[in-house]
Amino acid sequence: MKKSWPLWEVFVRSKNGLEHRHFGSLHAADAEMALENARDVYTRRNEGVSIWVVESKNITASNPSNNGELFEPAQDKVYRHPTFYKLPDEIKHM
Amino acid sequence: MSEEQIKNLEAQFNARIERDEKIEPKDWMPEKYRKTHIRQMSQHAHSEIVGMLPEGNWISRAPSLRRKVALLAKVQDEAGHGLYLYSATETLGISREEMYEQLHSGKAKYSSIFNYPTLTWADMGAIGWLVDGAAIINQVPLCNTSYGPYARAMIRVCKEESFHQRQGFEIMMKLANGTSEQKDLAQDALNRWWWPSLMMLGPKDEESIHTEQSMKWKLKRKSNDDLRQQFIDQTVPQADLIGLTIPDPELKWNKERGSYDFGPINWDEFWQVVKGYGPCNKERIKARVGAWKEGEWVRDAAMAYADKQANKNLNKAV
Repeated sequence: MKKSWPLWEVFVRSKNGLEHRHFGSLHAADAEMALENARDVYTRRNEGVSIWVVESKNITASNPSNNGELFEPAQDKVYRHPTFYKLPDEIKHM
Repeated sequence: MSEEQIKNLEAQFNARIERDEKIEPKDWMPEKYRKTHIRQMSQHAHSEIVGMLPEGNWISRAPSLRRKVALLAKVQDEAGHGLYLYSATETLGISREEMYEQLHSGKAKYSSIFNYPTLTWADMGAIGWLVDGAAIINQVPLCNTSYGPYARAMIRVCKEESFHQRQGFEIMMKLANGTSEQKDLAQDALNRWWWPSLMMLGPKDEESIHTEQSMKWKLKRKSNDDLRQQFIDQTVPQADLIGLTIPDPELKWNKERGSYDFGPINWDEFWQVVKGYGPCNKERIKARVGAWKEGEWVRDAAMAYADKQANKNLNKAV
């Protein structure tokens, strides 16, 4: 069977000081071509100063049906937020 | 899953969309939602790709370097838009190859407007101004659609599209202000593209089979007739401004409605073109299939090279 070009995910840093953000995906034969294609597909108007590409099959994603056990435990831990702690009014900055 | 459970999931799903929550690829979704999105998004992608053909016809004959770089950039954008949309569609579990196969076999449709020929340079103006103008009206509401990857792709597309319309209008304006021969070219292009552009916004509401469900899923925010009226109201004053005449003797400002009344659209023509009997349907698919076939050895060679390099690195590591 013929092999088709694998799928790559593209991450772009729009300017120094900001993180790379997911921009989309594309098909390419290898990493070098994925970078070149990403440049043409996602940065035609100065959208970036740096590109990462990673083959999509290498990404492990959480499953939305597990969102309850993954994310709900954080909801009742108010003591992780500064507003949980009472301070006297005299203290202006802390 | 039992029918009861599925119904339950569907109710939750619809409530999420109503709350303006986005649906992401790995979320549960009704099968019909997935299928409808695959159909609409892939047709949208196909339209971008086939849409390159009528304009590609004029790149080498653009009248100046300024016009040439602009047209090249526009056609390149369309390739980009096709690619954003194809990869967004792939998140729904259909492969790129399958989508191409549907386009090439005629199973999938693309916008019928691209089945009209581009006879003169003025057509580049008319397409940018009218066809991209109508496309923008269609696409802006989709930036807010419920399926996350589609909405994100549309935001990028819309950002880039407004240059397309402006460059088209500029071409028309220049011709309309030129010699009488040039003005005739512009008028002739408007005459030929006006009605197909109105048809491009889709069949009349009472004949549009997908509207109601699509509205619920925010896959459609306004009805075809509303979009069409918006397009007409916005475009007529632009034509007036550059001294061109809309080819519709019944076009008239309706003070009460605050909109233009317009003449009947030839829907027989629309359905003919949709069914494959437009002036260029065969030519477009032939060009598209040809490009795909002729590129096959390049795709294979690139893949073979990549495999070879990967093996080399593997052997080095051992």
